[in-house]
Amino acid sequence: MPLETAEYLLALPEIWVLGMACLILVLDLFIRDDSRILTYLMVQATLVVAALITLAVQVPEPVLAFGNTFISDGMATLLKLFIYLVTGMGFLYARPYLQDRGLFKGEFYVLGLFAMLGMMIMVSASHFLTIYLGLELLSLCLYAMVAFNRDSGTCSEAAMKYFVLGALASGMLLYGISMLYGATGSLEIAAVASAIGAEEGSSIVLIFALCFIVVGLAFKLGAVPFHMWVPDVYHGAPTPVTLFIGSAPKIAAFAIVMRVLVDGLGGLVADWQGMLVILAVLSLAVGNVIAIAQTNLKRMLAYSTISHVGFLLLGVLAGTPDGYAAAMFYTITYALMAVGAFGMIILLSRAGFEADELEDFRGLNARNPWFAFMMLILMFSMAGVPPTVGFYAKLSVLQAVIQVDMVWLALVAVFFSVIGAFYYIRLVKIMYFDSPTDEAALQSNPGLRAVLSVNGLAVLGLGLFPGGLMALCSAALL
Amino acid sequence: MIALSDYLIIGAILFAISVAGIFLNRKNIIILLMAIELMLLAVNMNFVAFSYFLDDIAGQVFVFFILTVAAAEAAIGLAILVVLFRNRQTINVEDLDSMKG
Repeated sequence: MPLETAEYLLALPEIWVLGMACLILVLDLFIRDDSRILTYLMVQATLVVAALITLAVQVPEPVLAFGNTFISDGMATLLKLFIYLVTGMGFLYARPYLQDRGLFKGEFYVLGLFAMLGMMIMVSASHFLTIYLGLELLSLCLYAMVAFNRDSGTCSEAAMKYFVLGALASGMLLYGISMLYGATGSLEIAAVASAIGAEEGSSIVLIFALCFIVVGLAFKLGAVPFHMWVPDVYHGAPTPVTLFIGSAPKIAAFAIVMRVLVDGLGGLVADWQGMLVILAVLSLAVGNVIAIAQTNLKRMLAYSTISHVGFLLLGVLAGTPDGYAAAMFYTITYALMAVGAFGMIILLSRAGFEADELEDFRGLNARNPWFAFMMLILMFSMAGVPPTVGFYAKLSVLQAVIQVDMVWLALVAVFFSVIGAFYYIRLVKIMYFDSPTDEAALQSNPGLRAVLSVNGLAVLGLGLFPGGLMALCSAALL
Repeated sequence: MIALSDYLIIGAILFAISVAGIFLNRKNIIILLMAIELMLLAVNMNFVAFSYFLDDIAGQVFVFFILTVAAAEAAIGLAILVVLFRNRQTINVEDLDSMKG
């Protein structure tokens, strides 16, 4: 099986990111600490060029490469572009935070690039081996990034919890894949799908495999009852790492859910639909209710992530193209909101002070009306208040669920969203109606302020004009 | 002749032991790491058995990748363990409870 040049061309974005990550790792050794910014600039340039290459090598029809292990299609192109965008914003927000704390090291960015490479491989995988390798590349980098602040006890504790539960999830997923391999005789997603289609009904082995795969994916997504790691990791990790974990990997997780459940196990939709209903309802309930009791903003956002995962699953379990497009729209816009919300924590923090308690946002409007307004937009968007993008994302998911006659599920989702709105709006009340206890002016670099403003306005703008992104999501799934 | 189901039963028993090891162990994090390795080996047992009985090489290739990734994973796990011990002077699972809420 000779490899053609055309095949390498399809994987050029991955090859570029891999090459640059290795190069930057070596070059970083020769850069002195006071000019570390060069590493940062090289990383951002890598992301920009990767986006250009991805646009240049996109293909109109899905194309398989490297012995059917790699796929290039509309979904891969669109999701990769958003992964670059969100990762780039994450790196940008991280820089002032890391500089203030003496953590501004090349390793952070190199690990971030390798994690992004893992996400790109997950998004473009069409074989269970590539899915597994991409997932592990992402996870291993994230474990190391959580423990990045070596002198902090909470960071290393969070990293240990993340490592053990992440490895357990990988093990579950692998056990499911091995059973699936035994039942269908193949590891290629397309071949698995046709083997399942040829079978009359669904055998016990297949259902067994499906259970383990769904559990593995639920662990990685952080859906209830497999969410135990999410609050501790979000809370314990350094804020830029929390930002990174909470944003781009969600897009990649959505991609593998689509590749495995929809493309690979689409024939078993009746079986996994029920499992996802349970996961979605529990995630919505537990995420929204427990978030109310939190006083730490990072922990509150962790539970909020869990409830958003519930919504994402609602879109997928509808099992229709509209539902998948809605879930994709939801994931992308959620990643943008999460980046903005954690970016605000970084903006308010300074050397020796971590603005991760709700109290730290007290009276933000009196201190800085513009960024209080940005946080208001982000919180309203997460709560789903029109005209922000969160409203439209929730609406399109609910529409998809109602279209398949699961009205009760939509009612449950709306009920828990209303409960969830309480804790987002409580933060708005703290910012606008309480008097500030901390009068220090915000000190942060202009780049962070500018991008955070664009981020907040994008959430508002996408809410006013959601049609373009929604059309892109629908087109990507064809 | 050993049947496919025998291998699968061994794999399932190993897998169950490792999951029980992760959830029941309250003493030592190193035991958790051993349980994780055992879990991956149980999966490898499945893959090799299926690969042999299906007469398909892909499963055995997968096993090589799992072994390699497991080595990398153990390296990162032990590195985190060292950092944790330096900060806390303990690797007792019950002491990992500083975050609540």
